[in-house]
Amino acid sequence: MDPISKFLVAYKIPIGPWGKAFFGFLTDNFDTVFRAFSNSLNFLLDGVVDGLLLLPPVLLIALIAVLAYFLQRSRGLAVAVFLGLLFILNQNLWKQTVETLVLVVAAAAASMAIGVPLGIWAAHKPKVYRIMLPVLDLMQTLPTFVYLIPVLTLFGLGNAPGLIVTIIFVIPTSVRLTHLGVTSVPKSIVEAGEAFGATKRQLLWKVELPSALPTIMAGLTQSIMLSLSMVVFAALIGAGGLGTEINRALGSRRIDLGLEAGLAIVVLAIVLDRMTRIGVGGKK
Amino acid sequence: MTVAVDFKNVDIVFGADQAGSLALIDSGATRAEILEKTGNVLGCAGASLTVHEGEISVLMGLSGSGKSTLLRAVNRLNVVSRGQVLVKDGDGTVDVVTCDEATLRRLRQKQVAMVFQQFGLLPWRTVEENVGLGLELAGMPDAERKERVHRQLKLVNLDQWSKKYAHELSGGMQQRVGLARAFATEAPILLMDEPFSALDPLIRTKLQDELLQLQAELKKTIIFVSHDLEEALKIGTHITIMEGGRIVQTGAPEDIVLRPANDYVRDFIANVNPLSVLTAWNVMRDRRDLEESTDGWVWLDRRKTTRFKIDEHGLVAAAERDGKPAVWVSCTDIEAQPEETAQVFWATPGTSLKTVMLAMHRSQTAPVALFDDQSRFVGAIGIRDVLSAVLRR
Repeated sequence: MDPISKFLVAYKIPIGPWGKAFFGFLTDNFDTVFRAFSNSLNFLLDGVVDGLLLLPPVLLIALIAVLAYFLQRSRGLAVAVFLGLLFILNQNLWKQTVETLVLVVAAAAASMAIGVPLGIWAAHKPKVYRIMLPVLDLMQTLPTFVYLIPVLTLFGLGNAPGLIVTIIFVIPTSVRLTHLGVTSVPKSIVEAGEAFGATKRQLLWKVELPSALPTIMAGLTQSIMLSLSMVVFAALIGAGGLGTEINRALGSRRIDLGLEAGLAIVVLAIVLDRMTRIGVGGKK
Repeated sequence: MTVAVDFKNVDIVFGADQAGSLALIDSGATRAEILEKTGNVLGCAGASLTVHEGEISVLMGLSGSGKSTLLRAVNRLNVVSRGQVLVKDGDGTVDVVTCDEATLRRLRQKQVAMVFQQFGLLPWRTVEENVGLGLELAGMPDAERKERVHRQLKLVNLDQWSKKYAHELSGGMQQRVGLARAFATEAPILLMDEPFSALDPLIRTKLQDELLQLQAELKKTIIFVSHDLEEALKIGTHITIMEGGRIVQTGAPEDIVLRPANDYVRDFIANVNPLSVLTAWNVMRDRRDLEESTDGWVWLDRRKTTRFKIDEHGLVAAAERDGKPAVWVSCTDIEAQPEETAQVFWATPGTSLKTVMLAMHRSQTAPVALFDDQSRFVGAIGIRDVLSAVLRR
């Protein structure tokens, strides 16, 4: 090895040990806080799943189809949703699907709840966005397995850490799309709002958000899709659902089981995507 | 007349180095010099302009001349770097440059409304929701708002379209919605930023006519930005020409056309048809400048073809053309008169130059006399006066 490389290697910057120390500090001092949070979240998610599973599957499927009709005013979509979910039931994956559904909906909802305000803030303050940008990049590109480990140590096994991992992965999308939506509101209509005496709050609610709504809704759809893609990883740290089936199929090399669970995820993805396409492509 | 908007030495600079730019403005630097030295863009400099109530004051200039920038200072869409913009607010005035946010919002909601070049309509709202925007922002109760919106839509003939979305309408109709939105707030001052520039010529002319009709009824104070001189001459009671952020000339339309202040204005009006602006008053020679003949007779033209005898009240007692007695006839009755007797046509000062020229044509280039509203003789227009006005020589 050349001397410069040798020198550099000899003085390795201890990123890994620092990170370990940081998480060690968190577990040593705030373990109870994290555990309490994790436990209550687990309790909540499991409760919702159990509640939904109390209903006869066909009834729940019918309710979802009705919801699809009310969201999109499309009878065809309602029928398609009904048939698609019946197929999943037919594959005997209903329980896992409900677990996944709850996880995905919770993750998407949480990431919208956090991401949309952050996106608006970033859109109004370009400096904030410049600081936020590398963090968002990090959250999206850091390999998922890398942050599975600390999340596992902090929150233990179960649905809660699965949810948290999914949220971390999904938030950047809702932040970015909200930022895009709000910053691309045409200047002429912002000025129209200002010229007629809008307060900052009125400008946000009556001009910026309605104008950005299609993009923000695209963010919701994307959040749901990305959450679904995280299902397999979340299953690695104990989140239930279809991901567990796929991991099991992988472990035991069972093509049939993998195919069934994989198709169920695809059906669920299509159903959720079509149901949440509100406002995309102009007025309904 | 009450002052509605008063710009006092308004400087607007876009950029960080305000102090440096203002110093350069004081030393008379041009926009290009300021950009080079400070990196800032000069919006407008030293602009002073008084707009009285009921006027349509047009700001004219090429793009980048600072006309929109100055307009947008009235409701602080552009922040003024130095100077005052006094806007009438009830019985008092408010300096928009220094007033607090709450006052500014009240002005924007109740005193100053705006119409935009790109309409600025909210595409997800229906026509009536768009028209009600200003009232909604001001917190007007629903019922009252609906009532007023409906009245406005009737005024601009859009009441059948109230439930349509803005983007479903044609450009001309969208701008009518923009007008209705501005009128709905009942603000006495209206800012119009090239409102008809994005429309095709036929629709533009139509909307100009509609605006003039509405204005005759509503008597708003309108500040209107345009780069189209024909438009400015048509609708403006006053015209201000701007170049490179500075005001070059302010005056009545015919002042601009007859007495351009410099080459820039001259270039600007080069293609304007003077017949659409000028009146008999603008081209006549005053009675005192006419050549006296004997016994109280006055020659109307330099060639001495036509003369009037004026009595002590300033009225015409007798007329003579080419040495023979003549009758004097109003320009408005050109068609009615037989051509046997010699005629001298007369006009009032407000008669358009076009009508005067027609009268000259009819009378084989005889001069046209001008009478005031008490029929007193005030001046005459010879063929040479017409030619010099038309050719602007």
